[in-house]
Amino acid sequence: MPTKKRAVAMLLAGGQGSRLGVLTTQVAKPAIPFGGKYRIIDFPLSNCVNSGIDTVGVLTQYMPLDLNGYIGNGQPWDLDRNDGGVAVLPPYQKGKAGEWYKGTANAIYQNIAFIERYDPEYVVVLSGDHIYKMDYNKMIEYTEEKNAACTIAVLNVTLEEASRFGILNTNDDNSIYEFEEKPAHPKSTKASMGIYVFQWKKMKYYLEADEADPNSSNDFGKNIIPAMLNAGERMFAYEFDGYWKDVGTLDSLWDANMELLSADSPVNLNDSSWKIYARSANAMPQYVSVHAKVKNSIVAEGCRVHGNVENSVVFNDVYIGRGAVVKDSVILPNTVIEDNAKVEYSILGQGVTVAQGAVVGAAKEVAMATVEPGKMSGYMAVLGDSITIGENVTVKAGEMLAEDRF
Amino acid sequence: MKDTLGLIFAYQNEESMQSLTKVRASSSVPYGGRYRIVDFVLSNMVNSGITKVGVITRNNFQSLMDHLGSGKEWDLSRKNGGLYILPPFSQSTGYRGKMEALKNAESFIRKSTEEYVVLATANAITNQTYDEALAYHKEKQADITIIYKKSQVKKYEDGATIGNIITLDADNRVVDVAINPEVGDAEVCRSTEQIIIRRSLLETLIADCASHYMYSFHKDVLQRHLKDLKIYGFATDKYIAKVDSIATYYDASMDLLSGETRAELFYQPNQVFTKIRDEAPTLYLGDSEVSNSMIADGCIIEGTVENSIIFRGVHIHKGAVVKNSIIMQDADIQANAELAYAILDKDVVIREGRKLYGWERTPYVVAKGQVI
Repeated sequence: MPTKKRAVAMLLAGGQGSRLGVLTTQVAKPAIPFGGKYRIIDFPLSNCVNSGIDTVGVLTQYMPLDLNGYIGNGQPWDLDRNDGGVAVLPPYQKGKAGEWYKGTANAIYQNIAFIERYDPEYVVVLSGDHIYKMDYNKMIEYTEEKNAACTIAVLNVTLEEASRFGILNTNDDNSIYEFEEKPAHPKSTKASMGIYVFQWKKMKYYLEADEADPNSSNDFGKNIIPAMLNAGERMFAYEFDGYWKDVGTLDSLWDANMELLSADSPVNLNDSSWKIYARSANAMPQYVSVHAKVKNSIVAEGCRVHGNVENSVVFNDVYIGRGAVVKDSVILPNTVIEDNAKVEYSILGQGVTVAQGAVVGAAKEVAMATVEPGKMSGYMAVLGDSITIGENVTVKAGEMLAEDRF
Repeated sequence: MKDTLGLIFAYQNEESMQSLTKVRASSSVPYGGRYRIVDFVLSNMVNSGITKVGVITRNNFQSLMDHLGSGKEWDLSRKNGGLYILPPFSQSTGYRGKMEALKNAESFIRKSTEEYVVLATANAITNQTYDEALAYHKEKQADITIIYKKSQVKKYEDGATIGNIITLDADNRVVDVAINPEVGDAEVCRSTEQIIIRRSLLETLIADCASHYMYSFHKDVLQRHLKDLKIYGFATDKYIAKVDSIATYYDASMDLLSGETRAELFYQPNQVFTKIRDEAPTLYLGDSEVSNSMIADGCIIEGTVENSIIFRGVHIHKGAVVKNSIIMQDADIQANAELAYAILDKDVVIREGRKLYGWERTPYVVAKGQVI
C-alpha cells in the first residue's frame, strides 16, 4: 500500500502548444527543448523535487511518445521512488467507455483514483508551459495557514499586460472575490500563473460536481475556480515575485532562451541550491576549434564548433562548420550547420541540416525593417525537426518550414 | 558476447602520477573533461555485450566506488550479473601482480558461469570491443589471446613503463613476452593489457600460482607457459594510450585535441559512458576567446582558453589566460591569472593575477583543493 502523502502534484502536460508551430508537430509543448539541455517540463518537475514533493502525476495526451521516453522512470529528477515517484498518466479506457481528457479539470477528475492512493491533504496543480523556479512547499504552507480551500499563485503584471491573463481580484487579506479571464478593463494586476494548491477533499467535491454538469467545459479557470468562488469557499492569492516566463509562443521561447545569456540571469542554472535536473544525453565535452569564435552564448556538450557563434543558445551535439555563422539563434540538439552557412535570428529544430553556404533568417534589425512578419514566427526563421536546407538555399526571415528545401 | 565475464584491474596506484593518485586509484583519475580513466575499458566491455563485470580494487578506492556507484550509467545495475566491486578480501599489503589480485577475486570467478573472461587493465584510453578478438580466440582454439598493437613506443623519463612487448610467429602465436624491455625506434607488438582466457583455465592458473607463491601474470603465467599453452596475439589498430605517469597522462589528454583521436574515441557507434553530473551547459561571456580546446558542461568562460581540456564546473574569469593545460572539475581561475602547461586537480583556486607555468614534458601539477 502506498503511504499517505501530504501533497501530490499533478502536472498537466497534454497540451499541444500550437502557437509554437513546427516545433510541436512531433512533441508536446512540455517536451520542447530549452536552455541548451533542458525541456520545459524539467522546471516544474525539478521544482517539485526541490520543494520536497516526491509524488507527481504527469498527465499526457498530445504526442506523448517523446515525453514518455524522456520522463521514463523519473530517475534524473530523483523521482524513481519505491513509494510515490513520477507516474505518467495518459487517458485510459474505463468499463465500456474511454475518453480523452476533455479539459484540465477533467484530466484530474479521470485520475482521482491515482490521487486517492496517496490520501493527500493537498493537491498541487501545475502546467508544463513555464520557465520558473518556485518553492511549492511555501505555497502549501500558505494554504494551510489561511485554511484555504484553494490558493492560486499570482504574479504582478502591468495594467496593459493584465488583459492577456486570467486576473484575480482580491481583498486586502489576499482573499479572492472574483476571477476574470482576460478582462478588457482589469481591476487588478494579479495574474494567475496556472499554479493551484487545493485541499484535496474540497477539490474532489468540485471535480465531481463539475463532471456532473453537462454544460461545463471542465476547465479550472473557466469552471472550477468560479464554482468555488460562487459557493463562498476560502480562496487566496499567493504572490510570487520571482522570474516566470510563459514560453507559449516562438517569440517568448526565443526571449526566454536569450535571457540565460548573462552572469546574473534571472534563471540561474548554475545555482546548486535549486538545481534544474534534466535527462542528460551522454555526450563528450564540446570541442571548440582554432577557427571558432564563441561569444556571449550557451554551448552544450557534444558540440563541435568550427565557426562563429554569437548571442545564441546551442544544444548538445550540434556541429557548426568552418566559416559558418550562428547569431541570435536557438539551435536544438543534433543539428548540423555546414561550412559557410549562415543562421541569424532563427530557431532551428532538432536534427536539422543546413548545408554549405545556405542562409537562414536575417539580422534582427534588417528583418524587422524589410520583411512581412510570419504569423507565428514573426521576424524569425523557424525550421522544424529533421529537415534539410540544401546548399546555398535561402530561408527568409519570417518563414517557418516543416519540409526540406533544396 | 553473452558468455563472457569482464574483470578489470583497477587497483594500481601509480606513484609516477604524483598527487593525482594521492587521493584516488589511477583508474579513477579524471580524464577528458568528464570521464575517469576506468570508463574506457568498462564501456568497452559493456559495448561488447558483457553484462557482468568485476572491478578489482586495492586501496584508495573510495573515489572509484563513488564514481561507479551501482553501475547504472553503464547499464550494469542488473538483477542478473551487473557490476561487482571487488575490494581486498583480507588485509594484505598490496598486490604484487595480477595473479595475486585475481586470487582475491577467486570466489567471484568460481561462482560465475561464463565460459570466457576478458581481463583488462584500467589504464588504457581506448574505444574498442572484444567481439572480434573473441572470435579469433575461438578460431585459433587458443588458451590465451593477447590484444596487442604494433607501433613505435614513445619513451618517457618520468616513471612511465614500456609495458609488455610480445614476439609472434608467422601464425601469430606468442613466442616471447618481454616485460619492460629496452625498445628502439622500431615498431614493436605491445600488449594492450586486454586479454581473453577461458574461465576454467584462469581458475586453474590462479590456484597454481597461489600454491607456488607466484603472482605475476606476465612472468608466471605467460612466460612460464609459452610452450604448453596456446597463447595468441590479436592485432588492433585502434587508438590506445597507456596512462601511468604524469607525462603519459598529459600526452593522452592533449591527444584529444586532435580530430582523429576524438573520432576514434568518441564519434563512434559505441559510446563511452560515465557518471552523470547535473550541470548547466557552458556559458561564454564577455571577451571569451577559446581556441582548440575541449570544454565540458557547467563552465563559465570569460577569459582566454587555448589548447586545453576544461572539466565540468570550471569558472575562468575575465582576463585569465589558460594555455596547454588540463583543468579539472570545479576549479576557479580568477581574473588575470595565467596558466600554461599546468594540470590542476579538482577544486583548485588560482587567485587573481597568479601565474603558473610548467613545461610540456614536465607539466606543473597542482593537488586537489589547493589555493594558489
